[in-house]
Amino acid sequence: MTLLIEESAASTQEKAHKVRGKVRLREHLMGWLFVGPFAIVFLALLIAPLAYAFYLSLWQKKLIGGTSFVFLGNYVKAFTDPTFLSGAWFVIRFSLVAIPLQIVIALAMALILDAVTSLFTRFSRLMIFLPYAIPTVIGAVMWGFLYSKSFGPLTDIFGLFGATAPDFFSSNLIFYGLINVVTWQWAGYYMIILYAALQGIDPTLYEAARMDGAGKWQIALRIKIPLIAPALLLILVFSLIGTLQFFNEPQILRYLAAGTISPGFTPNMYAYQQAFGLANFNYGSAISFALGGIVFVCVYAFLFFTRKRRSFF
Amino acid sequence: MTGSSRAGVRRRPQRHLPLQIFLGFLVVYFLVPFWWVIVNSSKDAPGLFSGSNTLWFADSVDYFGNLQRLFTFDGGIYGRWILNSTLYAFAGGIGATVLAVLAGYGFAKYRFAGRRFSFSVLLGALMVPATALVIPTFMMFSGLGLTNTIWAVILPSLLNPFGVYLMHVYARDAVPDEILDAARVDGAGELRTFLQVAFPLMRPAVVTVLLLSAVASWNNYFLPLAMLSDNRLFPVTVGLGLWQGIASANNAGSTSLWSLIILGALVSVVPLIIAFFTLQRHWRGGLSVGGLR
Repeated sequence: MTLLIEESAASTQEKAHKVRGKVRLREHLMGWLFVGPFAIVFLALLIAPLAYAFYLSLWQKKLIGGTSFVFLGNYVKAFTDPTFLSGAWFVIRFSLVAIPLQIVIALAMALILDAVTSLFTRFSRLMIFLPYAIPTVIGAVMWGFLYSKSFGPLTDIFGLFGATAPDFFSSNLIFYGLINVVTWQWAGYYMIILYAALQGIDPTLYEAARMDGAGKWQIALRIKIPLIAPALLLILVFSLIGTLQFFNEPQILRYLAAGTISPGFTPNMYAYQQAFGLANFNYGSAISFALGGIVFVCVYAFLFFTRKRRSFF
Repeated sequence: MTGSSRAGVRRRPQRHLPLQIFLGFLVVYFLVPFWWVIVNSSKDAPGLFSGSNTLWFADSVDYFGNLQRLFTFDGGIYGRWILNSTLYAFAGGIGATVLAVLAGYGFAKYRFAGRRFSFSVLLGALMVPATALVIPTFMMFSGLGLTNTIWAVILPSLLNPFGVYLMHVYARDAVPDEILDAARVDGAGELRTFLQVAFPLMRPAVVTVLLLSAVASWNNYFLPLAMLSDNRLFPVTVGLGLWQGIASANNAGSTSLWSLIILGALVSVVPLIIAFFTLQRHWRGGLSVGGLR
């Protein structure tokens, strides 16, 4: 009830209306009518599965005696399970390299495309964005071809210089092979978002800076980048959430990189293997939930360090 | 989107050659995989495995024969996969967009009880890893007998919290309250006000959300991989993944399958590339909305 009073006090809109009580009721009703369909889907397909996954994760399937309640036993198991821990460490390490790399490339491209206008830059903008239109699975398949010893071009290209081609499917290089696939896939998308933000800046600011003697680099560093900070932050958070859930690319390249990418290579692949390979849905759910916990911790740690919690959203 | 603010200050066209050359290298990098696929889908199996000319055409260019093999292999299963992907992308995309537009408008324009609480729950949901939902959703659907049906893929695609957030931001800024009030004073009902006054103003963001949700459904891999076991229901992503697994498992015996996979990858990206190029004017304005706030 206090909420109602607060909200009605905050709203200035209904001054135009005459019958207050009736209008308020109508507004509540209409609001929920518009939000309702989504709310139902949200409850059924997000809240309910989350609750159910948490419930499942509290039980353990035993060979003898069926399922028994183990409370947080599966989580203790997960956080002491070397496969899960190495997978989690892999995606964290991967995020620390892949995300800054993608953002730096995307930012550089966006700044160039914003500063230089020609027919070629317009063409480049579309071409650089093109990989976003490609399903990640197909992107991984394509790069799998290029890395392949039997029909990829690497052997040819390195042969020209009398060198042996790097094998991106080997355990030493698979990390960089995957970094390359992810960068190719997403850098263009981030570039478009940053470019759109740059185009939204009022150009009179540049004129003013130029009057004050600022060069092109200074304009880029002191005006453009600070002004698109919210867009950068948004990209960082979403790429962090996405990268920690890494699944599609290693799952696809697993076939080609036989032996290098194990079924428990990333936490998501491990959860998938446990649930659908071994029919151990309880432990699979616990791994998914533990991964969710890691995502939350990482995102909040990131937002805390950037001290931008308020300006985000 | 910025035409009015830019018009005041004329910018001299600038062409920095070093930067453009740098950009040229990047364009080559981003196009190499496409080029490889375009070139190699013209080859037959021996040409593919000859080990030379991997970035150029072989002597025999046979797109037509390869296309025929692609669409007739295993009873034309590839065509089915493309149709399935199209169905999932349209049904999921349109459904998710309708829900997002309604909810975003509701959040932006009505001060209803529980609004703030529900909106913060929605923002929290943006951080829930989508893949964490796949296992429990599978268990729930399996209880309802929905796994291995098209609904197992379409229903979860209807959930797009980011779309709601985007529509909320856009409706808040692009639809003035005064216009809505004016329509109400003129006697239009709430639904008519929404459909005839607010909706046209929200159109750029609607196209963006529609395109983003359709692309998300088209690209989806984990969900259909988990939900479907009948390969006639597969979308093209899962189908090509299946072929790749088969081809890799017995490398020697399935050389002909590799050329199908290469052409299959090429054919599967053509519809999306066309959609992006033809609709680019519409989605670019909407993307800036999500990035700026």
